[in-house]
Amino acid sequence: MKSIIFSTASRYLFPLMIIFSFFLLLRGHNEPGGGFVGGLVASTAYVLFALANSVQEAKKLLKINPLPLIGIGLMTALFSGLAALIKENSFMTSYWLDGKFPLVGKLGTPIIFDIGVYLLVVGVTLLIIFTLAEEVN
Amino acid sequence: MMVLLVILTFTLSLLTPLIAKLNRNQIGVILAALPLAIFIFFAGLYSPISTGEVFRELYNWIPTLGIDFTFYLDGLSFIFTLIISFVGVIVFLYANSYLKNDSSIVRFYVSLLIFMGSMLGLVLSDNFYVAFIFWELTSISSYLLIGHYHEKEASRFSALQALLVTASGGLALLAGFIILESISGVNSFSALPALSDQIISHPLYTTALILILAGAFTKSAQFPFHFWLPNAMEAPTPVSAYLHSATMVKAGVYMLARLNPSLGNTEIWQYALLFFGSATMILGAIYTFRQTDLKRILAYSTVSVLGTLVMLLGIGTDLAIKAFVIYLIAHSLYKGALFLVAGIIDHETGTRDATKLGGLFALMPITAISAFLAGLSNIGIVPLIGFIGKETVYSAAIEFNKFGYLFILLAIVTNIFIIVATIRTGFQPFLGKKRKTPQHAHEPPFYMLLGPCLLSFAGLPMGIFASRIIGNLINYSELGIISTKISIPVKLWHGLNEIFWLSVITVLLGLALYVIKKRFTSFLEKNNLPDQFSSSFWYGKSIGFLLYIARWQTLILQNGRLRYYILFIILATLGFIFPLFFSHSVFDRLLISFEFHFSEILICIMIIVATIFTIIAPSRLMAVAGLGVVGIGVTLIFLLLGAPDLALAQFAIETLTVILFVLVLYKLPKFIPQTNLSVRVKDFIIAIAAGFMMTLIVLLTASENMVSDLKRYFSETSLTEGFGRNIVNVILVDFRAIDTLGEITVLGIAAISIYALLKLQIKKDDDK
Repeated sequence: MKSIIFSTASRYLFPLMIIFSFFLLLRGHNEPGGGFVGGLVASTAYVLFALANSVQEAKKLLKINPLPLIGIGLMTALFSGLAALIKENSFMTSYWLDGKFPLVGKLGTPIIFDIGVYLLVVGVTLLIIFTLAEEVN
Repeated sequence: MMVLLVILTFTLSLLTPLIAKLNRNQIGVILAALPLAIFIFFAGLYSPISTGEVFRELYNWIPTLGIDFTFYLDGLSFIFTLIISFVGVIVFLYANSYLKNDSSIVRFYVSLLIFMGSMLGLVLSDNFYVAFIFWELTSISSYLLIGHYHEKEASRFSALQALLVTASGGLALLAGFIILESISGVNSFSALPALSDQIISHPLYTTALILILAGAFTKSAQFPFHFWLPNAMEAPTPVSAYLHSATMVKAGVYMLARLNPSLGNTEIWQYALLFFGSATMILGAIYTFRQTDLKRILAYSTVSVLGTLVMLLGIGTDLAIKAFVIYLIAHSLYKGALFLVAGIIDHETGTRDATKLGGLFALMPITAISAFLAGLSNIGIVPLIGFIGKETVYSAAIEFNKFGYLFILLAIVTNIFIIVATIRTGFQPFLGKKRKTPQHAHEPPFYMLLGPCLLSFAGLPMGIFASRIIGNLINYSELGIISTKISIPVKLWHGLNEIFWLSVITVLLGLALYVIKKRFTSFLEKNNLPDQFSSSFWYGKSIGFLLYIARWQTLILQNGRLRYYILFIILATLGFIFPLFFSHSVFDRLLISFEFHFSEILICIMIIVATIFTIIAPSRLMAVAGLGVVGIGVTLIFLLLGAPDLALAQFAIETLTVILFVLVLYKLPKFIPQTNLSVRVKDFIIAIAAGFMMTLIVLLTASENMVSDLKRYFSETSLTEGFGRNIVNVILVDFRAIDTLGEITVLGIAAISIYALLKLQIKKDDDK
């Protein structure tokens, strides 16, 4: 079952949703949002695309396998905390750059941690849903 | 520097796969540089150590728990570091040729390096818990190494057996350490001896002692836990020589020696060590007799030596400690050599069955000579170090004034059997008539030859100059095995005294027993004890019992029907929580207010209607839609109560859950109600009870007037220290980031498990 309207709409909705997920991710520190929700929204965008077109096309769009994405996300989160060890501080002590940056506000290791969460959530959700969807087909 | 060397070893193990890419054929030779460097480093500390200096290094790790990388080098750890690194060099080189055509040689060296690092860490750690971690790491790397030929059933079985026995002993050791810390107030070995009186008189002393002994005895293969060591011979021979003869199996003995000044000096310590040590000593020696596999003969004789070492600690006199040190060093040299020779024989002839070997001297003279030298040291012939070892053991046993002549008698009988075992492993394969072997034998490659030669020839200078090399250590270093200084000098030759004549008699009796070996073997076989007397029989029984229980409870709790899984989870939760309600008389404390906003009531009605619809929905798809409405309702409540973050997440999750459901629904057959009325009534009651419980918990949480600084703390510091106004997010990614890290790890693991399950299922379908 392939609907032209749905398929066309998904192509316009997809980039919007991805941008929205970035927006949620980056504003998370000050306003409602964060890596978890951002990741979920991004996954929804891919799932929507997969439903409207096909899992294969959605996978092509993702470019990377969801399975390694989980590892990359976890590693990103882990390494954001390792920085503290070099300075002989406790694991996960946060560090911030001085000054303000456009879009993000302040930059620091917790942002990197949140990006890790974001990537992992995308990986987890898409791994499960893509595998299930492929099995159905 | 000591800490750095250990870290370097672990780092090198991570880099091994990369090094293998450069030069796979010579990887062992390249890696051997590290143990060599470690050996040179520690050997360079000989003169300060032998004048009584100790070295200490401290790196903070978990200061809040008092757990730090305190490395401590005294006489005892010095001897161990030298054995570990010296035998390490030899084994790394030897394995390079021995495993030349092995496809998993990289994995082998990775495990071997992890082992070497952990073993060094174990003997250098001053902190209980750091030592414990290294202790368990040696068990794990030993597991990987025994199971090297993992395609063989016997390898897997033996590896698992060794792991279960030694690692569970390790857990007992940990419990012992915890008790020891709680009664002494310190957690470092070097601080313990000063508190010895306080520890010994404490009522928990016996408990701690039993637990620590359990750890040490399992690790060092003491009776009745000895059975794993001979089975561990499934490992490649270099591993047997390194882990299961020279180093890892001595970790238990090391721990006993380390704790001797603090926990010793009691009768229970002495009797336990004497009993188990001497039992292991004599049983191990007797068991060698019926073995025909060269490596298993050597394994049982190692068991016997480990028993001797424990017994010497039990005797505990100055003379016995002196014997302990000499015997420890001597054994590592000659037994290592004999193991490596057995490996050469196996490698070059294709068999290591003692009954099928003979006359190899003409084919491999150099191997033969090093085997003879190691064998002579093992038998105890002057001027090799084994001679001094055996003599001091005898004199320690004779001088011991409890139980009369019992221990000297046991030691002599043991040695008679060991002599026969040595003749069979070190001499018999090379002498006599030449026998036909599966492969045509010749001298092994250089690196395989080097090891046994170095180890066996080292017995000569170590014996001749023992009074200086070992004597200085025993007399002048901070030995750590005994609180007083040992003033008895080490001498190669004591003259023709009674002990020398005892040695002569032992050797003669050993030769005699070798001659009548056949008759004696059949006598042993006829008088064999039934299975019930062997501990490996009980090991098998208990593993079988464990699996039986596991299978039984899995069949009940996880019988393949999802509805039962959920039922059991709910019932168990109810069973645990409901009694608490009554025992804490919570009903009196409930505060229920009836102030609702109109919109809240509307949403609640919506949720209730949707729930009822879900239950009575005629198809799955409609039920899913009903659940979706429930989720949206909850999201709205979150929004109303001012939790936009929760609402956002809940909403996204709801969307994805519905999609997931829809995907799964494709696969399911048409929905037909399969339950009858009585089941539904039962389910209804359970569901109501669970709902009641949850409601009660929520109401209780709201009724309790919880005094907590957290709320104030987080709202005050969120912006100033976390640089964010969204407190929830700042908590998640900064204040409690470690929790989040744990949660996302679980999430990742769950996803991978689901993936594995689905893929497995798909593959099965394909096979059909």
